[in-house]
Amino acid sequence: MLSEFLAEYSGLLVQGTLDTLVMVFASTAIAYVIGTALGVVLHLTVRDGLHPAPLLNAVLGWVVNIGRSLPFIILLIALMPATAALVGTSTGVRGVIPPLVVATAPFVARMVEQSLAEVSRDAVEAAEACGASVPRIVFSALLPEALPSIVRGIAVTLIAVLGYTAIAGAVGAGGLGDIAIRYGYYRYENEVMIATVVLLVILVQLIQSACGWIARRVDHR
Amino acid sequence: MISIQHLYKNYAEPAKTGRGKAGRAAGIDGSYAASVSGEPVLVAAAAAGATSEAVSAVADIAPAANGAFALNDICLDIADGDRFGIIGMSGAGKSTLVRTINLLERPTSGRIIVDGRDITDLSGSALRSYRRRVAMIFQNFGLLAQKTVLDNVCFPYVAASGKVTAENRAHALELLDRVGLAQKASSYPSQLSGGQQQRVAIARALACEPEVILCDEATSALDPKSTNTILKLLRDINEETGVTLVIITHSMDVVEKICNNVAVLDAGRVVEQGPVASVFEAPRAEATRVLLGKVDWDA
Repeated sequence: MLSEFLAEYSGLLVQGTLDTLVMVFASTAIAYVIGTALGVVLHLTVRDGLHPAPLLNAVLGWVVNIGRSLPFIILLIALMPATAALVGTSTGVRGVIPPLVVATAPFVARMVEQSLAEVSRDAVEAAEACGASVPRIVFSALLPEALPSIVRGIAVTLIAVLGYTAIAGAVGAGGLGDIAIRYGYYRYENEVMIATVVLLVILVQLIQSACGWIARRVDHR
Repeated sequence: MISIQHLYKNYAEPAKTGRGKAGRAAGIDGSYAASVSGEPVLVAAAAAGATSEAVSAVADIAPAANGAFALNDICLDIADGDRFGIIGMSGAGKSTLVRTINLLERPTSGRIIVDGRDITDLSGSALRSYRRRVAMIFQNFGLLAQKTVLDNVCFPYVAASGKVTAENRAHALELLDRVGLAQKASSYPSQLSGGQQQRVAIARALACEPEVILCDEATSALDPKSTNTILKLLRDINEETGVTLVIITHSMDVVEKICNNVAVLDAGRVVEQGPVASVFEAPRAEATRVLLGKVDWDA
C-alpha cells in the first residue's frame, strides 16, 4: 500500500518539498539582507544608542510594526500587482517570494534588533573607548558578538516562513502547503495530507537542529 | 596633564547622546540659570561672600536641577605619570567622572583640558583619535566574547585602521607576554579567570600605546589575589612607561596600594584631595572617614 502511494505521489511530494525549500530559503535570505540592515539601524538610533536619532527610530519602528501587523494572506493579495510588476507573475514559487520577503524582513529586523540588544554593553563601550567608529563597532564588535543569537533567530524565522509558504499555497504558490490544500483539503485525500504534515515536521526538525548546531559552533561564550 | 575645570553633570541628561550642547552652552553664558529662576541664586551666592568667579559658577548651574547633580563643580588636576585615585561610595559619581574624561559621557558644563587642549567638545574623528590616547579598563573587563584573546588585544588596531598587520599582531603577542598570558593567545575570554580577563583588557589598553589609562573599578569584581596581581601590573606599567593612571575605586585598600594622589568624591563633589599619605593620616571629610572605616559601623 505504501509503495502504491509512493508510486503515485512521490514525484508530487518531492517537487512540493523542493518548491517549499526554494521559497523558504530564497525569501529568508533576501529578508535577512534587508532586515539585518533595518535591525542595526533600529538598534543604533534608540535614544541611548550609539547614534541616537529618535525621529528616524520612531519612523522605522512604525514601518516595521505596520509590516508586522498585516496578516500574511492579506499582504499576499494586496501586493499582487506590485509582485506581478516586479517578477512578472503573482503566482507560483517566483510570485510568492516578494510578499514573503515583505512579510519577513520586518520580523527579521526585530529579531536582529533583539540579538544586538543582548550584546554586552561593556564590550561595546570598550570598543567605543578604543576609538572605533560606529560602522566599525557594528561590523567588528556588535554583529560578531550577536552572531550566535542571530543564527538562533534564523531558525525561528525559517520556521515562521515555512508556515507562511503553506498560506501562500492558497493562492497557487506551489509547495507542500499547496499540496495539502489541493489534495488533502479539497479532495479528501487524507494520506497526502498526512504525508505533507510528516514532511513539514521533518523540515522543521532539520532546520532547528542545523541552526542549533551552527549556533553552538560559532558561540565561544 | 589632565585638568578638569568646574565640571558639572546633570542627572536628567541622557547618557552618551553627545547632544548636550544646548545645556552646555546655556550653562556657560548663564542664560539657562536666569531663565529658570532669575536673580535669587546670584544674590544668595553674593550674600554668602563668594568670589565673582564662584558666583558665576553657581549661577551657571544651580537652578538646573535644584542642586541634584551627578557631578557638582569638580576641579581636579592629574599630573602626567601620576597614579591618581578617585574614591567614593557607590553613587558618588566616580564612574561618571572617569567616563567624562574620554567623553563616554558628556559633561553638562565645565571643561576638560588634556595637555593644554580643550577636549570637552570633541566629536567625530577628532574624538576617536583622542580616545586612542586614553585607554580604559572596566569592572567587567569588556572583552569581546566571540573573539580570541589575541584578537581582543588587536581590537584597537581594528578600531584605528580597520585592519591588523603582522607587526600589530607581533606587538599584541608581546603585550600578552607582558601581562603573562602569551600561552592563552588563542583561547576565548570565557576560558579565562576574571583576573586573567582583566590582564587581557590591560594588554588591549596598552595596544593603543596610551598616555592615560582610565581604570573604572578594575579590581572590584576580583578576589584579593587577582586584585594584587592586577594592581602590581598596573603599577609596574606606570613605572615602566610613564602612562598616567586614573583609578576609580570604592576600596581604600586599592588606593593605599597603588595611588600617589587621591580625590574623595561624595554625592558628586570632591570633598577632599591630596597625596594619599596625608589624606589617610588626617582625613578631614566625613566621607573619607567612612571610607577609611574610622566611624562606628554600628552607629
